[in-house]
Amino acid sequence: MPGTRAGFDLDLPWQLHPQVSVRPERFGALLYHFGTRRLSFLKSPALLTVVSSLGDSPSARAACRDAGVTEAELPTYATALGALAASQMIRAREAL
Amino acid sequence: MTVPALVEQFQYGLDAPICLTWELTYACNLSCVHCLSSSGRRDPRELSTAECKAVIDELERMQVFYVNIGGGEPTVRPDFWELVDYATAHHVGVKFSTNGIKIIPDRARQLAGSDYVDVQISLDGATAEVNDAVRGPGSYATALRAMENLAAAGFRGFKISVVITRQNMGQLDEFKAIADRFGAQLRLTRLRPSGRGADVWDELHPTAAQQRQLYDWLAARGEQVLTGDSFFHLAAYGDPLPGLNLCGAGRVVCLIDPVGDVYACPFAIHDSFLAGNVRGPGGFATVWRESELFTDLRRPQTGGACQSCSAYDSCRGGCMAAKFFTGLPLDGPDPECVKGHGEHALAAMGSTAAPRPSGDHSHRTQPVPVTISRRPPESACNESPLAGFRPGG
Repeated sequence: MPGTRAGFDLDLPWQLHPQVSVRPERFGALLYHFGTRRLSFLKSPALLTVVSSLGDSPSARAACRDAGVTEAELPTYATALGALAASQMIRAREAL
Repeated sequence: MTVPALVEQFQYGLDAPICLTWELTYACNLSCVHCLSSSGRRDPRELSTAECKAVIDELERMQVFYVNIGGGEPTVRPDFWELVDYATAHHVGVKFSTNGIKIIPDRARQLAGSDYVDVQISLDGATAEVNDAVRGPGSYATALRAMENLAAAGFRGFKISVVITRQNMGQLDEFKAIADRFGAQLRLTRLRPSGRGADVWDELHPTAAQQRQLYDWLAARGEQVLTGDSFFHLAAYGDPLPGLNLCGAGRVVCLIDPVGDVYACPFAIHDSFLAGNVRGPGGFATVWRESELFTDLRRPQTGGACQSCSAYDSCRGGCMAAKFFTGLPLDGPDPECVKGHGEHALAAMGSTAAPRPSGDHSHRTQPVPVTISRRPPESACNESPLAGFRPGG
């Protein structure tokens, strides 16, 4: 299954779950999922940029690149996105 | 990517609460002995429907994701369902706590149809005997009937909220079984010596051995059982339980009471923790962002007497309200400190009176004393109001 913590697929197109609300904060953002009633945190403003642009990017990798994430930082972002996918905060888009 | 310590960020406060507790009324059909808000009678100064909607508008602007509505028994407010609908229409989710009195089958079906409303049924014993001793006769049956109605309506994952006491600690597995039976989620919270809870705390709060038992039970179940972050003082046993593990009072949470007073947390209804009122100029946002009390709470705290304790980084001195209402200093150990420092501090304090809650809306269970005059009439037909009046001198 794509999006489990073990292996997040950076090359798939992703999007914010439609039931998730995002509140920007100094440290990054707060995320609340009205379906699962769970709260999550984005621990950096850069991660917020990535998550916000997922829906308009052809892949998570492209969203990271556009947000200025370096190749060396990519695994950290993949882990963070994987955790968000596991908690249904983001989900894979239908392939276009 | 930088990884700032989130807990540090939260200690210094956010521009809006993550969630807040809103007690809509002090009116309640029950008289639970440990009621944190000393509820019973409606306060005549209660916020009107229009004032409540104005608060919801503000919460929407501040992007508060959801409110925990409680009371009293919030569903006895005639405009309760109207306010719930108004909140969800304005993107403010609602989780409300109830004893179940109004959760009839029709209502349960409506609730099951909404993604934005969550229900929390209070139950303080897994058997009627244990529950009703604290919450009153018939309250177990009422709660169970509400759960049956919700489950029958297909409402999955509603919460069953249990205040842990010395008397119900032995029923943890039974509580879990009840939750599983209804497809509900169990939520355990800590008994605080707040409201009427101050009067019964000595007899009801768990023993040291029971606290250890609770920690192990919770640790084994991880995120299956919710705690509302209320047992962070137990983190001193070892690994923290799931949750933020910090006191969010005035930093990431607060309480709005039925008359619009804003307190640092639901367990701190006392003038010392009163930050302002939503009826004041600038409304709730100004109280949250600018009140002297909340600004103070967001300053770095010193560990005080706990500073030298090896567990301080885990428990952070425990619960402010628990300390305050047992008469302990706020910069010392929690009364239920797992290292035993609280017990010593309480013993050393002797009989010094602990502060009392600022308000009391309890039902008057004692007759109100009135004197009915037994003076016989002056004469059978004398209707003069001055009959029998003889000026002195």
